[in-house]
Amino acid sequence: MMHHQMNFSKSPVCNLTPGTVIVGKWHKNRYTLMRRLGFGATGAVYLSKDANGNKVAVKIGQDNMSITSEVNVLKTFSRVQGNVLGPSLIDVDDWYYEKKQYPFYAMEYLEGENVLSFMKGKREEWVGILLVQLLTDLERLHKAGWAFGDLKPDNLIVVGPPYRIRLIDVGGTTLIGRSIKEYTEFFDRGYWGLGSRRAEPEYDLFAACMIMLNMAYPARFEKKAQPEKQLAAAVNKSPLLKRYRKIVINGLFGKYNSAEKMRNDLVHTLSTYKKQAPVADQEAMSRSVRRSNQKKKKTKILFETLLLASFLFIVYMFYLVSQTM
Amino acid sequence: MKRKGTLRQILLITDGCSNQGEDPVAMAALAREQGITVNVIGVLHEDTPEYQARGLREVEEIASMGGGISQIVYTRQLSQTVQMVTKKAMTQTIQGIVNSELQQILGNDYRVDDLPPEKRGEVIEVVDDLGETMDLEVIILIDASGSMENKLATVQESLIDLSISLNSRIGDNQFSMYAFPGKKKDVELLMDWNGRLDSLTTIFSKLSSGGITPTGPAIKEAIQAFTIRRSKRSLIRDDASSDEFLEESGM
Repeated sequence: MMHHQMNFSKSPVCNLTPGTVIVGKWHKNRYTLMRRLGFGATGAVYLSKDANGNKVAVKIGQDNMSITSEVNVLKTFSRVQGNVLGPSLIDVDDWYYEKKQYPFYAMEYLEGENVLSFMKGKREEWVGILLVQLLTDLERLHKAGWAFGDLKPDNLIVVGPPYRIRLIDVGGTTLIGRSIKEYTEFFDRGYWGLGSRRAEPEYDLFAACMIMLNMAYPARFEKKAQPEKQLAAAVNKSPLLKRYRKIVINGLFGKYNSAEKMRNDLVHTLSTYKKQAPVADQEAMSRSVRRSNQKKKKTKILFETLLLASFLFIVYMFYLVSQTM
Repeated sequence: MKRKGTLRQILLITDGCSNQGEDPVAMAALAREQGITVNVIGVLHEDTPEYQARGLREVEEIASMGGGISQIVYTRQLSQTVQMVTKKAMTQTIQGIVNSELQQILGNDYRVDDLPPEKRGEVIEVVDDLGETMDLEVIILIDASGSMENKLATVQESLIDLSISLNSRIGDNQFSMYAFPGKKKDVELLMDWNGRLDSLTTIFSKLSSGGITPTGPAIKEAIQAFTIRRSKRSLIRDDASSDEFLEESGM
């Protein structure tokens, strides 16, 4: 379902004061709320302390339906090998507050920075690196039979160092083949008239490309009469996306049918792209020149080693042959 | 594939209070009795929101009597709202059915909320699954009174968006559309049953806004249209049994 904040923002569980203690009806675990981390269509997330003083994130929702299906998704994630897809689930319970029952769940608290603020002042290679990490996770998610759905900067976080992008809000995660549960217009393929809202890898890859565009245009932009042309022009005009141009266009127009393919293209671009005469960036240039000199030296050494090895091998062969004779 | 029954909804898009014919709140109650959910979207004018306070109370009353969802929005939020309200109402109806099934098994006053969280997951999966696969019939009622005139382009856009969302589902969708007031009658058919909404441009250009707001008669007309469709279908196909179950418990 759509992000629709005006309804939930009025809910009593959306504006709980720090210090509020939540005790689960079924499992009797206690959580002390510290501060609100954010709220969305389905509930509010609070940074909290559990009974042992550990930091956890607690999401309290209005209705059972969406909270329970999020829990279902988080449970599935923990069965996907490697378990880095989304935060891990700790507890699921209900809480009585002002004579009403509210479903909630506790999950691992991921400490990090919003993707867009992380990108501030960072150079274009970081766009590629964050996307490669994101696409690695998406590939595993898709292989497990799910599309993330509501892919946007708000639902991503950069943890570290070492820096690693993580998916945090799984409210939009939908079984592949079904209709996307939750989406945000700017990142939604349907809104831009570039396809359906069916959950499939291409849907997430479109959103991933829109995240790249959002990095280039932090203020975003409104849809105009010819959205296809508008998006292509936005990609082409951005200096930040210059080296990724082809990849972003392919992703936007559904040319990649797997996250892995887009990821491979990004990795290739990141490792081979040559910057054209960066006039303003003297230091970076001399650095890259130095690096390429080192590279040349390295290949020279490698070549000489190979030559020597093959020479020795031939000598050894002669030796062997002479032995049998 | 096994048929899973049909959900029936009326989606009313209006900007104010009715002033002609039957009481729309009573008509909404009648719809609900027949297993049809009535959802209402109240469109606010950016410049005169306070003027509309009375009309908007009616919006809430219609939806609450019609067992549906109401939402009041400014024009620019219409797209998001239309599809959100429709999908949410579907879930609510299905959850109502599932709840009454649970009550039959486990006793009165038993709801999904009373299940321990571990068991709840499976029930919600069933609800989710039905929402994705059940067929859906929506009659859209568009207020074409004078004050709505400059909003019709946005209404059109939001209905196309609704069609994108619903046609991404596995289940089948059928839409039908009426305007009130129409050119010649209080309520006029704009589009007969159709699986898509993307041919709306021509339909909307035919709309002319009038002075009266016959909301009640429009809901009545929609109920009749559902009844006719249902009787036609039961003549063709013998699937009345699976539908009956939904009609009885549709809440």
